[in-house]
Amino acid sequence: MMRLLALLLFLLPMAASAQSVPKLVPDVSQREINIQSGFTGAEMLLFGAIIYPRGVAPEGQVDVAVVLRGPTRAVTLREKQNIAGIWINADSTDFRSVPAYYAIASSRPLREIVDSKTAAIYELGLERLQLSPSGEVDAAEQKRFVDGLVDLNRRNGLFRQEAGTVEITDQVLYRARLNIPSSVPVGTYTAETLLIRNGRVIVADDNVQVRIRKTGFEQLVTIMAQDFAFFYGAMAVLVSLLLGWFAGYVFQRL
Amino acid sequence: MDIYLPIANLSVNALVIILLGGGVGVLSGMFGVGGGFLTTPLLIFYGIPPAVAAASASTQVTGASVSGVFAHMNRGGVDFQMGAVLVFGGIFGTAAGAAIFEILEALGQIDTVINILYVVMLGGIGGLMAKESLTSVSASRAGKPVPAAKRRHHPLVANLPMRWRFYRSGLYISPLAPLILGFITGIMTMLLGVGGGFIMVPAMLYLLGMGAQVVVGTSLFQILFVTMASTMMHSLTTKAVDIVLAVFLLIGSVIGAQIGARLAQRMRPDYLRLFLAVIVLLVAIRMALGLGWRPDEIYTLQAL
Repeated sequence: MMRLLALLLFLLPMAASAQSVPKLVPDVSQREINIQSGFTGAEMLLFGAIIYPRGVAPEGQVDVAVVLRGPTRAVTLREKQNIAGIWINADSTDFRSVPAYYAIASSRPLREIVDSKTAAIYELGLERLQLSPSGEVDAAEQKRFVDGLVDLNRRNGLFRQEAGTVEITDQVLYRARLNIPSSVPVGTYTAETLLIRNGRVIVADDNVQVRIRKTGFEQLVTIMAQDFAFFYGAMAVLVSLLLGWFAGYVFQRL
Repeated sequence: MDIYLPIANLSVNALVIILLGGGVGVLSGMFGVGGGFLTTPLLIFYGIPPAVAAASASTQVTGASVSGVFAHMNRGGVDFQMGAVLVFGGIFGTAAGAAIFEILEALGQIDTVINILYVVMLGGIGGLMAKESLTSVSASRAGKPVPAAKRRHHPLVANLPMRWRFYRSGLYISPLAPLILGFITGIMTMLLGVGGGFIMVPAMLYLLGMGAQVVVGTSLFQILFVTMASTMMHSLTTKAVDIVLAVFLLIGSVIGAQIGARLAQRMRPDYLRLFLAVIVLLVAIRMALGLGWRPDEIYTLQAL
């Protein structure tokens, strides 16, 4: 429903005046992020140009928001409560579509540049994410869980929202930096750019993809642990035995 | 120096991990325990996911106990027959532990159970050790000879059917007793990432009544094989063994253990035991407080 609405909103002005819609030419500093032994996180530069029809920038201010979004997955969120003096997991809710990573940067605070309807349609902002919670009927309780999930991910650095960090030059060039923590899940990420004017999204582009993956030794270890579990376990035992034995041997000579 | 842990999926400071392993290694060298009971909670405090911490700590204990087993073997301090029975029970224990781990994880209660087990076990064992070592310290201070502990096995053990002779341990008891003991320690190894030496040694002395000269060696022998089984079991079920983490822990702990062993020679054994008891109790108290304090994170995520 939301998607259909978004499509309609997007197509209507285009059909009306196809020529007057600006075009976005977005790009990112890295199409591939390789996780290797020294990986401590990454900084991604999202940048691009806005091409206006007939090369004329419109009067007034334009705003840009950029979003980097990881693959969605289903998760269980558990909540600890104090029961008989001990904090234990007491309640839980399932979410069917939580992005593994979500970062949004905008040229001004989102509240000031888009109305709440537009923000909801394009899922702009952490409080607008459609996480598809299930199981909870009570709206207040559902909100508590959604807030808890967003807060947890924000403090882990996997959800980010920054205002005023998209720089726009001459209404034509834009750029923003987004930080990616070392605990980022692997997968195919989508970089989305939205051009916003008068509270509405004029044009959006989500054709840029970023691949985050482990390479080299890190990839090997992960594949071994997942797919060749017996061999991996035997290797771990062997390495541990050899290291322990070798150290004992060396120290006896000293 | 930052290093990315491929299974834990995060980057840590390698120096911190080596120092952590080293610190635990010093203690394990001094007291002849594997040190898993310190490694796992410290790793969790540092931010490593609990399953990865427990799995990798048990891999590390394997390496930390190898040279000890050889040393005790050379001077005849290992009762292989007793060890084999313990290991046999221990392997079944790790399998049972894996099943328990899976059930608790599905229920979302694994962390709480791990914490409670730590508090109960460390508190109990630490309390016993503190009491025993205080008695012996105060006795030696007063100039009296330390009252020798009477060596006999627990009545429960004596009542078990079917008896075997364990020559090196100087025992004629039912193999069911060490089998059950091994089984329980196997479960602990799987859940907590501990070798179980701190349960095994008192249990051998006070429940089975084994001869003191083979207790530590046989316990190490059992720890070596059961932590190997537990690493395999974790690799096959939880897939949480981080070999990079285990190697860095080992580098620290094997060096620390040698330093600890040298330090131990300069200290009086009863003071050493009292010191260990204090450390064990401190960890237990910290974990108990952790259960009651409001945790930093009320919410936890688990992928479906």
